Amino acid sequence: MSITSKLKEAVLCLRAGRVTLPYPAQSSPLPARFRGRPVFDAAKCIGCGGCASNCPAREILVYDVCQEIRIIKYLGRRCTYCGRCADVCPEKAITMSHEFENATPAIGDIQQRLELFMSTCQRCGRCFKEPSKLEELKMKGYRFDDLENERWVFRSQAYLDGQPVVDDIEIELD
Amino acid sequence: MLKNLCQKMFGRSLWVYHANSGGCNGCDIEVLNALTPYYDAERFGIRLVGSPRHADVMLCQGPAMRSTAKALQRAYEAMPAPKLVFAIGSCACGGGIWYDMYSVLGPVEKLVPVNFYIPGCPPRPEAIIYGVAVALGIVDKKTAPVQFKHLEMPIPRYHPEDLRRDGEMVVYARTETV
Repeated sequence: MSITSKLKEAVLCLRAGRVTLPYPAQSSPLPARFRGRPVFDAAKCIGCGGCASNCPAREILVYDVCQEIRIIKYLGRRCTYCGRCADVCPEKAITMSHEFENATPAIGDIQQRLELFMSTCQRCGRCFKEPSKLEELKMKGYRFDDLENERWVFRSQAYLDGQPVVDDIEIELD
Repeated sequence: MLKNLCQKMFGRSLWVYHANSGGCNGCDIEVLNALTPYYDAERFGIRLVGSPRHADVMLCQGPAMRSTAKALQRAYEAMPAPKLVFAIGSCACGGGIWYDMYSVLGPVEKLVPVNFYIPGCPPRPEAIIYGVAVALGIVDKKTAPVQFKHLEMPIPRYHPEDLRRDGEMVVYARTETV
């Protein structure tokens, strides 16, 4: 009786075949919607800090070290890869990558640090995000590029002396 | 140095003890998943044991909690001398989402010295096996800190006193090319 049950078990095991994945040699494909470590694209980041204010684990920190430099630090220690930062990013600078093999002997290896130049407010001197295209159009001295001579050209002449509108806005100079 | 020491000390099999100090059970399920025939961790000699006195490695899951702090420290002290501690999951690595609650002390490293961190919420079973492989020196770690710095101001500074008339156009007096 026991021999027949053992034989039955052996047949069942043989029919199942091998299920063990050859993981360290060759990894299985990840699902398409898998969220791994967020990757910050510094070329696209405008430093608005929306990711920092939306992070449930408070793992994205924003420092304004001086007037024109903003440091965005992603520490990633208690990041749950929820993807809220990628959702809220207006420039799509954060992408949830497929990297999950983040094991490390030093926890500082996961961190990402962006040091960005920011426009500063002429009045209070604090950083603000760059104006959008629409806001740029509304600005008085909206510039366009003179590609032939490789320089910026300002469309408005309001800042030149002798213009009737030269003193209608006060800008603090350096 | 740590890698060489690990290869010398843990040359054969790692017996792991599975300590949950107040996690949500997600990482426990992933650790047990790593021991199932799918990700057969016993190929590498990793075996789950029931007592810290038999164990080489402690897998910590969950943050350091006020209520389980002493028990975790006692379990760590009960392990024989060449011992490793793995912090598995976001809670053990950094304290988890509820890191600032009254009952949570923070990451596990506040109570016991942690040798390896495996972040993720929960980490995939592959990630756990990868962490053990990094600890054993089979593979190299993939992560490194990333730093990015703007070296040039991306837009020209806005100094209206430098604007000059040039024929029909208004341009900067300083030659600032596009």
